[in-house]
Amino acid sequence: MTSLNSPSMSTPSADLFFRPGLLRNRGNQLMTVISALCAVIVLIPLFCVLAYVLFKGFSVIRPQMFFELPPAPGMEGGGIANAFLGTIIVTALSCLFSIPVGIGGGIYLAEYGAGNRFSDFIRFGTNVLAGGPSIIAGVFIYGLVVATRLLFGNSYSAVAGGLALAVLMLPTIIKTTDEGLKLVPQELRWGSLGVGASKFVTTMKVVLPSAVAPIATGIVLAIARSAGETAPLIFTALFSPFWPEGIFKPIATMSVLVFNFAIMPYEAQITLAWAASFVLVFMILGMNLLARWISGFAKR
Amino acid sequence: MGFMASSGSEGLYTLRHRPPSDKLVDQSFRFLVTALAALVAIILFAIFLVVTLDAREAIAKFGLGFLVNSTWNPSTENFGAFTAIYGTLLTSALALVLAIPLGVGTAIFLTENFIPSKFRAIIGNLVELLAAIPSVVLGLWAIFVLEPVLRPVLQLIHRLLGWIPFFSTTPTGPGVMPAVLILVIMVLPIITAISRDSLNQVPPDLRQAAYGVGATRWTSIFKVILPAAISGIIGGVMLALGRALGETMAVTMIIGNSNNFNLSWFAPGNTISALLANQFGEADGLQVHALMYAALVLMIITFVVNIFAQWIVKRLSLKY
Repeated sequence: MTSLNSPSMSTPSADLFFRPGLLRNRGNQLMTVISALCAVIVLIPLFCVLAYVLFKGFSVIRPQMFFELPPAPGMEGGGIANAFLGTIIVTALSCLFSIPVGIGGGIYLAEYGAGNRFSDFIRFGTNVLAGGPSIIAGVFIYGLVVATRLLFGNSYSAVAGGLALAVLMLPTIIKTTDEGLKLVPQELRWGSLGVGASKFVTTMKVVLPSAVAPIATGIVLAIARSAGETAPLIFTALFSPFWPEGIFKPIATMSVLVFNFAIMPYEAQITLAWAASFVLVFMILGMNLLARWISGFAKR
Repeated sequence: MGFMASSGSEGLYTLRHRPPSDKLVDQSFRFLVTALAALVAIILFAIFLVVTLDAREAIAKFGLGFLVNSTWNPSTENFGAFTAIYGTLLTSALALVLAIPLGVGTAIFLTENFIPSKFRAIIGNLVELLAAIPSVVLGLWAIFVLEPVLRPVLQLIHRLLGWIPFFSTTPTGPGVMPAVLILVIMVLPIITAISRDSLNQVPPDLRQAAYGVGATRWTSIFKVILPAAISGIIGGVMLALGRALGETMAVTMIIGNSNNFNLSWFAPGNTISALLANQFGEADGLQVHALMYAALVLMIITFVVNIFAQWIVKRLSLKY
């Protein structure tokens, strides 16, 4: 012990102070600067995108755009009313298809499928589905519904677009339902079963209501994502310059409108593309904030 | 005793059975949710089935040569997806090479105590919100803002390093490099957010122990904290890779959609998903089957990446 301590004991003060000139301390400072630079480099373009889209969109948007159809090529003015309606219709359809299936599947995974092979496989499948490219959902629905004219002889339609978006939303909803239900304390289930409630009543009246906040958060996030999706819609819902003509006909959506109009050589169309982008980003950020607000309830 | 008790208060202690209707509801609910869960598997199989069946004709006609043939000519019905496959892999790889150091560096900056925790939380939340911007909006931004701003920079690189084959063409507009940069912007929030989460989950004891034996801040980050969080970070990177491989809209709008193979990163190129997005609407006959074949290739690539990701996350999970 003494032999180990003696060298440092002779000059105790010099080694106990922080010496910025040491190589390792210089290296430390250098790395701190590099990581700060990374943060700045990352944040600048991200904020540029958001700020530019919001300012540009805000400067071109006019209230009457929500009541007018897009203009013919080369004409002035016009609006995005049909695309705005179309986005709402297609998103609502996709919710109609995906929410019941997603919540049901999540209930199975959390309440019935504890530890069996089948539920492991379904969880794996959910992950694969979630990791798949969104355009594959469009290709799938195109091959299944559009090309075969499965829906009463109609090819491109709002329903086909809704189905494609539903395929994308499904994994998110299943996962959040599964995880939300798992957070419910086991004692609640035992208590309910103990007083004689059936498994169905326990699940529907006790477990599900106490997991509403996380499930609702997941659903709102899934809707926010699907509202901005374009790739699955371009060859399922297609596009239409007219008002929506029913759910079995091609329909305009804001995301496809941005895609179609961005590459047009006309000023009016490009203006509308910026306006639609603004509305989309505004809606999606709003839904994300809503999701955060809802998930705040879960923490209480 | 037991006999006495049960006979004394018969109504209280007799075992009552559920009415059959209750049992029926219970059983059918169980059946219903099982069927709904099974629907996920059915959809997954249906996707593979539909795409494979529709690609059958193209597979029979072109075989595996489809993967290495770089001509895509609808008028002569000669289809090969090499340009698109190469473009998909190249753009994703370049995007990750640029995004990983930036994203992980930012995540470290946001988990260390360099700035007050209030600001860190705000910046972290904002980065997550930015992941929600639709890709078609990013594409619009790329066309009108990113590409014009980037062009002089790329032209400078071309003038200085034009002898390298990758920089050998004059940048004139849409091309591979702007597409790579928009992909970087798309995957950065994913990598940053997931890395930040997994760095936050490293127990503080590990850091204290590292400081205790005299490690500096960055020694402990590199030797202790990053290794402890690596499985989560790699999971995030893999998720970002999956996103980059399948990303369609922003890339379609800015990559130039050229089916002619070009080694240069400044020339227009193509990716599988951009090919699909551009041609599906007006394709017919063999072209549809060839597109389905390309979609199948994309599916297999992302599927393999996904499986690999799940495997590597499981393998690298440190037990601390």
